[in-house]
Amino acid sequence: MGQNNRAEQHTLIALVEDKPGVLTRVASMFRRRGFNIASLAVGNSEQAGLSRMTFVVNGDDYTVSQVAKQLDKLIDVIEVADITNEPIVTRELALIKVKTTQITRGEIIQIVNLFRANIIDVSSESMVIEITGEQEKTNALYGLLSPFGIIEMHRTGVVAMVRGRANGHHNGHS
Amino acid sequence: MELTGAEIVCESLLKEGANIVFGLPGGAVLPLYGALSSYPDIRHILVRHEQAAAMAADGFARATGKVGVCVATSGPGATNLVTGIAAAQMDSVPMVAITGQVPRAAIGRDAFQETDVTGVTLPITKHNMLVMDVKDVAQAIHDAFHIARTGRPGPVLVDIPRDVLLGEKTEYIWPTETKLPGYRIPGEAPDSQVAAAAELINKAERPIIISGHGVLISHAYGLMTELAEKAQIPVITTLLGISSIPSNHELNLGMSGMHGMAYANLAIDEADLIIGLGMRFDDRVTGRISDFAPNAKIVHVDIDASEVDKNVKTTVGLVGDLKAVLGQMLPKIEANVHIDWLRHIDEMKAQHPSHLVRKSDELLPQYVLQRLTEVTQGRGIVVTGVGQHQMWAAQHCRFTEPNTFITSGGLGTMGFEVPAALGAQLGCPDSVVWSVCGDGGFQMTMCDIATAVESGADVKFAILNNTSLGMVHQLQDIFFEKDFVASEYTANPDFVKIAEAYGIRGIRVTRNDEVVDAVQQAMETAGPVIVDFMVKQDEIVFPFIPSGQSVKEMLEEPAPTETV
Ligand SMILES: Cc1ncc(C[n+]2csc(CCOP(=O)(O)OP(=O)(O)O)c2C)c(N)n1
Ligand SMILES: [Mg+2]
Repeated sequence: MGQNNRAEQHTLIALVEDKPGVLTRVASMFRRRGFNIASLAVGNSEQAGLSRMTFVVNGDDYTVSQVAKQLDKLIDVIEVADITNEPIVTRELALIKVKTTQITRGEIIQIVNLFRANIIDVSSESMVIEITGEQEKTNALYGLLSPFGIIEMHRTGVVAMVRGRANGHHNGHS
Repeated sequence: MELTGAEIVCESLLKEGANIVFGLPGGAVLPLYGALSSYPDIRHILVRHEQAAAMAADGFARATGKVGVCVATSGPGATNLVTGIAAAQMDSVPMVAITGQVPRAAIGRDAFQETDVTGVTLPITKHNMLVMDVKDVAQAIHDAFHIARTGRPGPVLVDIPRDVLLGEKTEYIWPTETKLPGYRIPGEAPDSQVAAAAELINKAERPIIISGHGVLISHAYGLMTELAEKAQIPVITTLLGISSIPSNHELNLGMSGMHGMAYANLAIDEADLIIGLGMRFDDRVTGRISDFAPNAKIVHVDIDASEVDKNVKTTVGLVGDLKAVLGQMLPKIEANVHIDWLRHIDEMKAQHPSHLVRKSDELLPQYVLQRLTEVTQGRGIVVTGVGQHQMWAAQHCRFTEPNTFITSGGLGTMGFEVPAALGAQLGCPDSVVWSVCGDGGFQMTMCDIATAVESGADVKFAILNNTSLGMVHQLQDIFFEKDFVASEYTANPDFVKIAEAYGIRGIRVTRNDEVVDAVQQAMETAGPVIVDFMVKQDEIVFPFIPSGQSVKEMLEEPAPTETV
């Protein structure tokens, strides 16, 4: 199955009940079925008692449709949609702590400004940079900062949303 | 009315129609037992090992179609249920397991007999819950039964801390609705897809129906048979689909797969359309996927969307309740005869008569089952363990009524034969229940013979005693150069004496001419009986498609010159 499909990244969104153990159920399903989560972000939704999860999943079409169906099968999952092929906006926040010296500080600030990122903490030897955007943007900033010495990075994982539309409902597996 | 959590559990059980529960008490769950004594309409069957409670609930559920209920205490009681719960999950059996938990304040502190059972059973239940407030108990039990019995059935575990069972009281209000916003039960399938499937069926020249457990669960056997008859489509059953069509029906080709009938597997190989109904194209059915039904388009109907396109790519996949979908489909099916196809299958059956048993002076297990099913005339219920005897029962026992073959398929759980049979018998007290046991499996759960005796479960145990873990022995015979390590029993107990020790009748059979008489005597004796059939040790189950291979690699016994 699925041998002919391309391996690629898919973005899935799930609306789930905000109950203890839901994250465990989801994570356990991914693990036991051998699915691979590239990134996962969870938070409150606009509806009380419901959370929204964004998954970025590596896999071909077969795998990703299995992921969606298996997610949907979980009792606490209310709806699932693969929004990969829809017009979507995606954002991720990252904090990057980079080494600085008298000499490099100016250059780093220039790069940060170029990316419209923010410097949120400064010490004599390091700086914490906050960047929001699509994953590629963070990857690019990371690449440019690497030569200076990255001490720490923390990314939130991607959150995604379909553009436009008056109602928020997806037409995927629901 | 203000009630304790334990009383609410009992009230709720009655509301759900659960009049029988299988269990074994312990500290954390004792408050529930305290309440049980005030509810005489709930019969509690005290088992000897919690594994038997889960498996008896399973057997009860499979035989009756109702939800089976089991109860255990926290920690070891709950973990002893695990194998039975996993078996129910694999075979889509409706079950509610209620476990006591340590008091709320002790949770997470490694308290005495604390086990995170919702964690342990998370991957082997359809759903589970830990109820932390007495006000939620009624809703939890209601939701649990609803989830267990609807859609694709499965086990649901409800874990209740001791102080929720026996603490503050609360007003008991039976919930009228479930609180499950994420749970939907498929009904009919889209008409356009049903039409597409019907068209494929109408056009097929060499169609085959594979009838699975879903046909039984959905009570769709009548419609399935109607479909088969209307279009003259041969029916193959999966292991769990076996009693979905009478054994003597002219379109029934029996079981396919690893130990299926050779002609059934050959028919699948040649078919141009496979109609998979309420089954999941499990690897024991398909063998090597790439070689499965290479010439066929696939129509698949299942209530679980995640089964469609999981193992085989369907041409048309329908998600829905089988009975509803077949109801939609039947009017669109044209009458057909498929004369050439049926004749061809008859020829294959003549050339590969894997349903026949060769004549032998030694006592063959296949022979025992043939005689047994002759005496019972295919009536009553047959429960099996797991191994060679299970496969021979699947091949040679005859069935006349739906839901009368009960076996652990997906998990392949040895030890199932004793407790599941007693559960089935208590669920269907008017049925003769034969438990076809392996000597290995029987010894895993034979302590619960006592439970059968105590509860008056009139089970007839037929041990096909090959003094070995026969199925393992067979694999070693074929694949490990007859290195029979750890598969032969040299000191099995005397099962007739075991019977006597439990106060029941035991009969030993060593010769062909004793078989029928022993079966008849067992059936004429009131109460449980153990018949110890001392069968040939090194018999091999044929046909055999080794794991991961295809029908081309099928091993067959030479057609017998003399049959019985
Ligand atoms: C609980 C469990 N342990 C191990 C196995 C592996 N296994 C499958 S069949 C079999 C042999 C069963 O022996 P017996 O019950 O005597 O039946 P026989 O094959 O001899 O008919 C074993 C060990 C299993 N299926 N279940
Ligand atoms: Mg044996």
